[in-house]
Amino acid sequence: MSASLLPTPRRQDRGFVGRAGSGYDPAVIEFHLDPRSGVATYLQIVQQVKDALRLGTIGIGDQLPTVREVVADLAINPNTVAKAYRELERDGLVVARQGRGTFVADTLAPPSMQHHDELRAALERWLDRAEAAGLDEESIRALITATLRGTPSRRVA
Amino acid sequence: MSGAPLVADGLGKRYGRDWGLRDCTLTIPDGAIVGLTGANAAGKSTLLALATGLLAPSEGSVSVLGRDPLRDPSVLADVGFVAQGAPLYRSFSVAETIEFVRRTNSGWDDEIVPDLLTRISSRAKVGSLSEGERARLALGLVLGKRPRLVLLDEPFASLDPLAGRELLQLLMDHVAETAATVVIASHVIADIERVCDHIVLLTGGGVRLESNVEVLLDSHRLLTGPRRPLGSIRGVREIVRERHSGRQLTLLVVTDGPIVDPSWTVEPVGLEDLLLAYMAPERLPTPRTSEKVPLRWHG
Repeated sequence: MSASLLPTPRRQDRGFVGRAGSGYDPAVIEFHLDPRSGVATYLQIVQQVKDALRLGTIGIGDQLPTVREVVADLAINPNTVAKAYRELERDGLVVARQGRGTFVADTLAPPSMQHHDELRAALERWLDRAEAAGLDEESIRALITATLRGTPSRRVA
Repeated sequence: MSGAPLVADGLGKRYGRDWGLRDCTLTIPDGAIVGLTGANAAGKSTLLALATGLLAPSEGSVSVLGRDPLRDPSVLADVGFVAQGAPLYRSFSVAETIEFVRRTNSGWDDEIVPDLLTRISSRAKVGSLSEGERARLALGLVLGKRPRLVLLDEPFASLDPLAGRELLQLLMDHVAETAATVVIASHVIADIERVCDHIVLLTGGGVRLESNVEVLLDSHRLLTGPRRPLGSIRGVREIVRERHSGRQLTLLVVTDGPIVDPSWTVEPVGLEDLLLAYMAPERLPTPRTSEKVPLRWHG
């Protein structure tokens, strides 16, 4: 998986300064668009919020960037951002607080999140061994895919 | 008085013997960001000139914000219009230009323009500005009126991609703040695709297509399959364009249900390809070619 596919967390202390009068709050996620993806812009935003929730880069209580912040950043139609946020609200993932902004209300991170660091470290050790055994990236991917498919109890394909 | 931002009813404009716009009937919904597109000379500028009272209709009627721009020009205080090439007095300085617009427009917002023009010297002559700076100045002057309807004629025509993006950012920020309705005339679909939620396509002076973008994309599909005599296809309401290659048939269709026939590959179609298909002649002639040589059509 390429890291560029994932939403980039934006640190709270980045000191983001917007135009006077637009009232920016520090944001926790930065959206990016792929106009060639064929996926509607609002869906790309919805997906990037969900991805960040799954990965735990944003969590309950975090504020999403305001519509104006996203518009100023991406030069897109504000209605598109509002639509994405409405969709997330309908899914119960965020709540809009009048005059204050949109806040994360639920998480999609699986309970196993706490094990991720440990599993990742083990995977990295395994990758080192695979590399030492002469496997290139494609062979490694093929092996992982084949193993996932070959184990009946796996739900991921 | 309220009313839809822009309504045309049987609107037409004749230049001598030729019609610049004919039988144009449309309603622009409130708060929409509209891409007004079509080939050159399709009638885009004529429509905008009629909407701003710069031209009088030869037939039919146009109203903006519920009023007739010719008979009731006071409505234009709520309309911001930037003509093609952002024409401004070249011998004025930037400060003089701003002062001129400030004095000739009621409801001027002093906050907006300086904010937009931080990177342009107020003493510079308008004639010495780059295309990007002039476009920015012209848009700033228009947004300073805090218009409810913004009409832009080919605003990106002479801008580099960065200046174009900056212009869009200014415009979208204004929309986020004021919920204004925007009509952008552009023959380059890629320039407007990013922001438009509504499309008006003019061809040969008439309205060929007017729709919400999402509805448009949802209702169109590209079908590819082996060449065959065409009967009716379940799920297809209308064939917009048909292209043959040696053994292959490609159809752009309007759907009215799922297309279940497995001999067709069904794909969504992008806005640019969709609009180009409507701009092109309805049916292209079958290329004469031997059945043995597969021929592929590009674009």
